[in-house]
Amino acid sequence: MDALDGNAIAGTLAEVFGTEMTTAVVSCGACGRTGPMAEVSVYLDGPGVVVRCRSCSNLLVVIVRRRELACVDLTGLASLTIAG
Amino acid sequence: MAITRGFHGRRVDADPARVPPGQYVTEGFPVLSAGPTQHTHTDAWTFTIRGEVDEPLTWTWPQFQALPHETVTVDIHCVTKWSKLGTAWTGVALDTLLDGVQTSADYVLAFSDGGYTTNLPLQDLRDGQAWVAYEYDGEALEPEHGGPARLLVPHLYFWKSAKWVRGLELRAHDEPGFWERYGYHNYGDPWKEQRYDGD
Amino acid sequence: MLETVVENSQATTIMFDFPDWPGFLAGQHVDVRLTAQDGYQAQRSYSISSAPEDEHVAITVERLDDGEVSPFLTGELRVGDELEMRGPIGGYFVWQDTDGGPVQLVAGGSGVAPLRSILRHHRAIASTVPMRLLCSARSLELLLYRDELTSPVDDHVEITLTLTRDQPPDWAGYGRRVDRDMLVEAAWAPAHQPLCYVCGPTPFVETVAGTLVDLGYDPGRIRTERFGGTGT
Repeated sequence: MDALDGNAIAGTLAEVFGTEMTTAVVSCGACGRTGPMAEVSVYLDGPGVVVRCRSCSNLLVVIVRRRELACVDLTGLASLTIAG
Repeated sequence: MAITRGFHGRRVDADPARVPPGQYVTEGFPVLSAGPTQHTHTDAWTFTIRGEVDEPLTWTWPQFQALPHETVTVDIHCVTKWSKLGTAWTGVALDTLLDGVQTSADYVLAFSDGGYTTNLPLQDLRDGQAWVAYEYDGEALEPEHGGPARLLVPHLYFWKSAKWVRGLELRAHDEPGFWERYGYHNYGDPWKEQRYDGD
Repeated sequence: MLETVVENSQATTIMFDFPDWPGFLAGQHVDVRLTAQDGYQAQRSYSISSAPEDEHVAITVERLDDGEVSPFLTGELRVGDELEMRGPIGGYFVWQDTDGGPVQLVAGGSGVAPLRSILRHHRAIASTVPMRLLCSARSLELLLYRDELTSPVDDHVEITLTLTRDQPPDWAGYGRRVDRDMLVEAAWAPAHQPLCYVCGPTPFVETVAGTLVDLGYDPGRIRTERFGGTGT
């Protein structure tokens, strides 16, 4: 199964963050690769959304929807800058 | 929740006694993943039991293939709500791998290529409840379904059946694995619908 | 749902109206959620293939026989039915006149859907931004929006097609997968610093985007959207 990209979770991200997120700039905590959220590798359909660095596969973001709550883990990111 | 007229999905009917609460039976075999498909050649593959043991035990692929193995048909249940009944797997029983292993550990952290982990009580790997499976439906297990070998623990939600498994760490203390850290249930009994932490 | 247009033996374009629809940018998509009577749900994303200026919002769905959602959308859905949708979504894979150009669009199969939205928008606003599309399809029969893409009316738009599996007897165009030579021949040269949009199945996007970077295109001006096999 090929990974998708951040466009595939645009709706989920917008719901979780309350704003358009595919243009947000993210930086990998492991290799430093920096770019728009739209370009990350995304693994869907599993128990949760898994976002990995396209260069080094480092885990960047995990989103788990449990009933009405979304649990979002961003610890793999060195930084996340949301477009103003 | 608005019902979509005429939509049925791809589910099939099944004996309700075999379907845990909240699950839907499928005939397909969805591929779910938390990362890129791992491609480990059997030349490089080993399986290791380490941790609370006197000495780590390791098997190479040929050694593993030489162990007693069996074919079992089991129902599997994914926390994403699909269940697949009557799946046939061939592999080595954990009872065989743990035979003679002296340990005081009560817990296990299974680890896989690509960094995936999942935790279980050691007891849940014994007594005919678990296998390291390398064939599905009579064919070599494909990488996208966890090949060369995956853990198979059908009495728990299928995220506990770690794909691309490379070994077990026996532990005195429980350590949550990948999905368990992100809010999934530490044990994961589908019959008690233990999907999330706190269920 | 308002109306359907059968694109070919595999795909159907479906038109909708939404209450309080805020409009959208060319390239955005919607998420569709279907709920069965027993509560079972399935969700898919579809690019909007119409222009913001078009009367109705359109999505194009490719039918996969063993799919879960596409056979329903292309076979069962009737005029007057309602669907639960979320959108418009996306701020990255969009084009507006103010983004300028020249623009290079590269589409693989169903990846042409959001690019068609961009092309229609470009025409609707009479944009003078130079725009090229390189579109890959397995055959003329399977080419989406065939009439639109084989008879362009816009001076500023150039369309190149490649039919990778079957070509008609009198076909003078490309007959292979998009490769380095084809991009060199058909796309805006890197020196023009085009804004590139690449859309299609993941392997297509990876190959094309990688080739563009190898050819010297500015990675910062290449936007990608990958479609999954789960678009069923």
